[in-house]
Parts: sequence; C-alpha cells; structure tokens
Amino acid sequence: MIEVRDLHFTYPTGVEALRGINLTVRDGEFLAIMGQNGAGKTTLVKHFNGLLKPTAGEVVIDGVSTRDASVAQIARNVGFVFQNPDHQLFCETVEEEVAFALRNFGFKETAIKNRVDWALNLLDIKRYRETSPFMLSGGERKRVALASVLAWDPKVVILDEPTIGQDHRQKEKLRQFIVQLNAQKKTVIVVTHDVEFVAESNPQVMLMSGGEIVAEGDAREILTDQKLVAQASIVSPEITQILSGLPDLGIQKNVIDVHEATSILLDLLEVAS
Amino acid sequence: MSMFEGFRFRRVSSVVHLLDPRAKFFFVCVLFITAILNSKLPPLILLFFVPLPFVLMAGVQREWIRSMRGALFFAFIIFLFNFLFTYLYTEYPQVPSAPLLERSIAMTLRFLVLVESFSVFFLTTSPDHLGLALEQSHIPYEFCFAFTTAVRFVPVLAEEAQTIMDAQKARGLELERGNFLKRVRNYIPILIPLIVGAIRRSLELAEAMESRAWGASEKRTNLYVLKLKRNDYLLVLISVLMLILAVYVWLYIPIPSLTILLSF
Amino acid sequence: MIEGSPITVANETLAIIETRKLVYTYSGAKKAALKGVSVTIESGEIVILTGPSGCGKTTLCRCFNGLIPHFYGGKIEGEVVVAGHKVVDQTIYELARHVGLVFQNPENQLFALSVEKDVAFGLENLAVPRDEMIKRVDWALQMTGIEDLSERPPHELSGGQQQRVAIACVLAMQPDVMILDEPTSFLDPVGAQKIFEVINELNKELGITIILVEHRLDLASKYADHVVVMDEGKVVLDGEPRGVFNSEKARLIGVGVPKATRLYQILRENGTHLSGVPVTSEEASKLLLEVLKRD
Ligand SMILES: Nc1ncnc2c1ncn2[C@@H]1O[C@H](COP(=O)(O)OP(=O)(O)O)[C@@H](O)[C@H]1O
Ligand SMILES: Nc1ncnc2c1ncn2[C@@H]1O[C@H](COP(=O)(O)OP(=O)(O)O)[C@@H](O)[C@H]1O
Ligand SMILES: [Mg+2]
Ligand SMILES: [Mg+2]
Repeated sequence: MIEVRDLHFTYPTGVEALRGINLTVRDGEFLAIMGQNGAGKTTLVKHFNGLLKPTAGEVVIDGVSTRDASVAQIARNVGFVFQNPDHQLFCETVEEEVAFALRNFGFKETAIKNRVDWALNLLDIKRYRETSPFMLSGGERKRVALASVLAWDPKVVILDEPTIGQDHRQKEKLRQFIVQLNAQKKTVIVVTHDVEFVAESNPQVMLMSGGEIVAEGDAREILTDQKLVAQASIVSPEITQILSGLPDLGIQKNVIDVHEATSILLDLLEVAS
Repeated sequence: MSMFEGFRFRRVSSVVHLLDPRAKFFFVCVLFITAILNSKLPPLILLFFVPLPFVLMAGVQREWIRSMRGALFFAFIIFLFNFLFTYLYTEYPQVPSAPLLERSIAMTLRFLVLVESFSVFFLTTSPDHLGLALEQSHIPYEFCFAFTTAVRFVPVLAEEAQTIMDAQKARGLELERGNFLKRVRNYIPILIPLIVGAIRRSLELAEAMESRAWGASEKRTNLYVLKLKRNDYLLVLISVLMLILAVYVWLYIPIPSLTILLSF
Repeated sequence: MIEGSPITVANETLAIIETRKLVYTYSGAKKAALKGVSVTIESGEIVILTGPSGCGKTTLCRCFNGLIPHFYGGKIEGEVVVAGHKVVDQTIYELARHVGLVFQNPENQLFALSVEKDVAFGLENLAVPRDEMIKRVDWALQMTGIEDLSERPPHELSGGQQQRVAIACVLAMQPDVMILDEPTSFLDPVGAQKIFEVINELNKELGITIILVEHRLDLASKYADHVVVMDEGKVVLDGEPRGVFNSEKARLIGVGVPKATRLYQILRENGTHLSGVPVTSEEASKLLLEVLKRD
C-alpha cells in the first residue's frame, strides 16, 4: 500500500512541482494518473520508489517512509518503467539486459535464469534472447525494458507514459498486457495523457493539474465530467463527446466504451420503433 | 565546480550586458596585459578594483562573489607555491620576510584579477552574443556553430544523464557500492545510454540542419548584426588609454613596493 | 480504394508530389524499406500518412525532401518528383525552398539559443538579405502564434511550444509543402490539438500542402482531405478519409480508426444504418440524431 500524506516537492531550480498531494493506492489497485505535460505526474511517481524525497510531507510504502530506505530497497517492491527505453538499455544482449536488475538485487544464478526465461516469455521476446537491444524496433525495445523490470516480480509496477511513440497496435498490445498484470493482483500505476487508452482500460483515475490533485475516482465518472476534464487540460473520450453532442433523450451519457454506447443507442432505437 | 559557476550566464539586461562583446573582450585583454606587466602589489590592488563598477552596473554581484569564492582555493595554492618556491630557491633573504610575503600576495592577486575580469566578461555576455562575436570576427562559421550548439546542448545532456541515472537506480543499481574499480564500472550502465543517445541526437540534428538548407551558399547572412555603439567606443577608448598608461609605467616609472612605501 | 493507382495525365497538373514505383534500400540494409510506392499528393490538400511503426512512413518523407538519397545514400529506384523537380537531381538545400520537414522530437531540431535565431537559420543559409529576413521571421512567428516567445531559448519551452517553433522554422522558408513526421507524439492532447489547428490554418490561409504522419487519428482526421495508409513498405490504402477508415483493411492492419467510424460500423453490424460514414464526433452526433428523429 502506498500512502502519500500532504506531499510537497520543490526542485532545486525553485519550481514547486507538487503542492500538497494526499493519496492512497491500495494493493491490487489499477490507477491512471492523468493531466497535461508539466502537471507533476512524473515528479509524483518518482516519489513512489524513492528517486525523489519529499520536500515536506511523507510517502509511506507498506508502513516504511521513503526517507528511511534507499532507492534499491524500495525498488525491490516498486518497479518503475521509464518513458524512454533508450534511457536504460545498455547490455550486449536482451538476456543480459533482463538479468541486470536481478544481479543488482543479489538473486542466485539459477533463480536469475528462471526469471529471465519467465520474463522473456511473458513479453513474447524469447526469440531476441541473444540479440542486441539496440537492433530492435521501438516497440520491441519497450517490451525489453518492461521485461527487465517485471523480471524481479515487484508488487507494484509504475509505467510512465507507456504509450508515447507507440502505434495503435502496439498500444493495444500494451494495454492488454497491463490489464492482465492487474488481473494477476499487481498494483499498476500508469502515468499518461492518452485518454482513449484509459477509456479502454477502465482503471481508477486521478487527475492532476499544477501540482495538485483535481479529482479522483472511477474512469467513467471522471472522464465524462466536462468540467473536470477541462480543468486538467485533457479531452474527454470520443465516445463521450459523441453522446454529449446529442440532445437530452433520457439516455445515460456518462459512457466511455464504444460497445456500451452502441448497445444504449440500439436499445433506444428499438424502443422507438 | 564553483569557480566555473561564476562563468554561467544569467539572462538579464544592463548597460554592461548591452556592450559589444568584442569591446568587452578587448577591455578584458587590456586588464590581462596590465596585470601581467605589473608585479608590484599597489598597482595590482588598484587593478583589482577596476572591474568592480562593471560588476555593480551589471547587477551580477552575487554570481561574481560566488566565482571569486570558488577561485579562492586556487588562489591559496598559488600563494603557497609562490611563497615556498621563492623562499627555498631564490637569493631572497633566508627568513620569511615582508618583501617575500608581499611578492607572493602580488602573484596571487594577479591571478585573482585575471579570474575576475574573465568572469565579468562571461557573466555579462550571453552565449549567443559570444557566438555572434566569433562569427563576425571572421572565424569559420562551422566553428561558431559548434560553439553555440555545445552551449545549447550541455544542459540537455546533463538532464538526460540524470534521467538515465534514475532509470538505472530504479533497477537496483547502487553507484556508491564496492571498491574503486567496482565504482568505476557502476557508471557503465549510465555512460552507454548517454553516448548512444548523444550519437542519435547528433544524427537527428544533422538531418534537421540539412533540411533547412545548411550549406546552401558560401556567404551566409545573419539575423543579428553586431555594431559598435557610443558606449562601446568609450570602452575601447578607456582600454587603449589604460594600455598606454600601463606600458608607459612599465617602461619608465619604477614602482616601489608596498614594503618600501610603508617604511618611509 | 485504389492500390498503387496509375497516375493519370488529368491530375498531373495538380500534383505537387508524385512518386512512381519507388523502391528504396538503406545502405547496409538487407530488406528494402520502400517496396514500390506510387502516390500522388495534390497541391493544397492535407494528407494524413499512417500505418504501423516501421512501415516506412519516415523513409517516404525523407524521399520527399531529398534526405534520401543525398544524406542517407542507399539504393533508390523509381521516381520522385516534388514541385516539378526530380529529387535525385536536386540538392537538399534547393528542395528546402519547396519542402519543409518537421520532425518528431522537438528537442533535436532546434539548435539556436533564441527562437528567432532558430527560425532565421534556414534563411541565413539561403543568404536572404537581413531586412527581408527580419520580415519573414516575424511573419512566421505570427502565423504560428509564438511572437511573444521570439527571444526565449528554445530548450526552455514546453514540447508544444517547441514544436510550433519547429513549424515556424520551416514556414519562414515559404515552402509549397510542409511535411510533419509524427509532430505530436510527445505532446498532450491539448498541445496536439493546437498543432493541428496551426497547420490547418497554414493550409487554409496560405494554401500550403500538408503531409501529416500521425497515429492519433481521433484528433487529426477531421482536418484530412486524403489518407494514405502504408504497411510493410507499401501503400495499401489511398483515398478520401471516409472510405479509408471504413474499410475492413484499415482495421486489420491496426490503424487506429476514429471511434466515430467504429461506432458507425458496430451499429451497421447490428442492422442500423447511418446515412453517411462519420469521422469526427460532431458528425457522428449529427448522423445519430437523424436516425433517432426518423424513428
Ligand atoms: N529535473 C527537474 N528540474 C527542475 N524542474 C523540473 C524537473 N523535472 C520537472 N520539472 C518541472 O516540474 C514540473 C512538473 O514536471 P513533471 O513532473 O515532469 O510533469 P509531467 O510528468 O506531468 O509532465 C514542471 O513544471 C517541470 O518543468
Ligand atoms: N537510417 C536507417 N538505416 C537503416 N534502416 C532504417 C533506417 N531508418 C529506418 N530504417 C528501416 O526502414 C524501415 C522503415 O522505417 P521507418 O521509415 O522509420 O518507418 P516508420 O516511420 O513508418 O515507423 C524499418 O524497417 C527501419 O528499421
Ligand atoms: Mg512526465
Ligand atoms: Mg517514423
């Protein structure tokens, strides 16, 4: 469980990036943190594995304040996948890359081998085992980076802007994977401004703006609220926009899923005819 | 390194900032030469105060003090060396005497004057102005471009290095662990992505430059043109007078040292 | 839905970019990155170029402004004609007067220490006289809505602002065609929308032909006159947006078809026909309302 209490953070440059965040992420939760660029999303999640320490307030993970533990200690339970895989890939082979963190955490060689196998399978990159990560395409590099974090099986997985630079199909693959991770009882925190991506996965949503929390709740409830969405400078999902473009027909309008929208519309047509 | 921090430009505007960098550079060079020509303490003390009005006019006192504080360490070393070497290896009286002390202080002050004048120059000259001055001093454009691009990308690379370090720490890398060799090796996971990224970046940069007609004509034009204005001429005039005075004094007027002055 | 349609004489007069059976292999690569691309871009249109990553979109853009073959080398076959010039016979800087290219990463295409200096870079290279240059820089900054940023250092701006500076840089050279290679992939939705509005304005007011490489079809498709979909080095769909988005092939390739079009398709599968294929949410609302009123 991650508890954030009145967290403030100011960068050495004087930028006040977080201004009093209060938040609880329960075990097994699937949370999307949304908001425009510069809202403070990355700054916030960097507190969850101790990369940044609060200027004021506290972040407590499973009862331990992040001030009292090293990044390496916290990282054992909280995995963090950075936005750009090129910021972490450096080994000669994919296999080495995935084993890197396991070595750092002091796993035994046999355990390392098993876990590398498991992670490569999980992300469907077994055939690249002996390949240099630099030879792979962008989408594949992203999956290597993911595998290198999932290999040590952290309880919490944080993904910062996983959809950036990915095409539609890669995004869909990634989304299914994330949903599946969460179904296996992992706590998943996704930082993103990709509204359609969130609308299709239906997590808990937290909106941020200017270093503060604007709103928190169900994806459907938050993303269909025009006022909140505007406040956080994002847009609502296209399906919501289509329905809200219709006059009041007595139908439910807080819908973010295309299939749900069609079934509502079909019902309406049936009643009418 | 705090001495170099004093050379970091901060974007403000003042009479001094608006001076032509070439005029300023000339002034700094004259200060430099004057300092080299003098080895006696009294004129060096005087010289030390010459750049101060510029510091005040430019409003960069804080940065200036910081750079001087950074230079103090080196100044101390210079002082120590001067003192010890002249004490041990010259025909000076064999006891630490007042003239010896004065000579060492003078040498140290000379160093401080040099640092001071250059730091005033860099604190009040924006990198683009400097690049422009280089360009208009008939230095090949490729070199000037390399200079401004380096200035532009150093902070970007520093930020990237920080991100890479964070990414590797998040995978359990502990930079401060192990013996010396191990610690050096710990930096490999940071250096490789940084280098690969820099190469990729320079390729993209080259592509963008090519796409914007790089190398289209022998003689490029320039959006900014430096032109000497009244203040610049004034500064050049002052510098020339100072130079003449310095050379004249150096040739014809023996300056007494402070010890001699005081003993009257 | 014409695959690699032969170029007819009739639209040749309007075509600003034309490729014929273009095959290209990067030097040292085993496989060709473009495997026979024939497309025609007409003057004054906004074209969206999309398709899975690695399908050759960026490679095709490089062929349009001469980076291929002049910068990248490699082996090129077939023909690329841009604004009446054969690309292989021109230098990149000659082509730069006709074609401007805006890249994906805003950070790596701005290199000066102030915005106006960056915008002037191309003009300086072309040795445009200073008075004229100042006018053009101001004009470009104004058209992209960033006059107030002119003296700021580009690397201190937000991604969205940087990308508008990059557009201004290219615009100052007054090209006939502007190509934008995934210009919004690092931006948030609001930043992306602003970019789309700026390029739409450039197209409508100045008649600049726009080629936009984009995955975010939800936001971009309402501006498009023409959509080209590539897959594995080939053009697989080429036509007006409604037809392309509504085709079964687009969905199979994994193009992110706009939700409005998806909604139309699911309704049709369930026996409800809207009177047209919607691409944007406004269109979808309007068409839905028609059906709902009818019943
Ligand atoms: N390393 C840093 N140093 C100084 N300021 C920073 C740094 N990283 C981010 N900021 C600033 O903090 C604010 C929040 O940034 P960030 O957390 O990256 O936002 P987001 O991830 O939501 O885009 C922004 O104003 C940004 O400019
Ligand atoms: N500079 C290059 N050298 C060699 N191969 C390249 C280069 N750039 C791209 N490729 C290859 O060409 C193909 C098409 O890539 P690209 O045009 O970048 O696709 P897209 O822009 O659609 O993602 C890919 O297989 C890619 O690996
Ligand atoms: Mg971020
Ligand atoms: Mg591309």
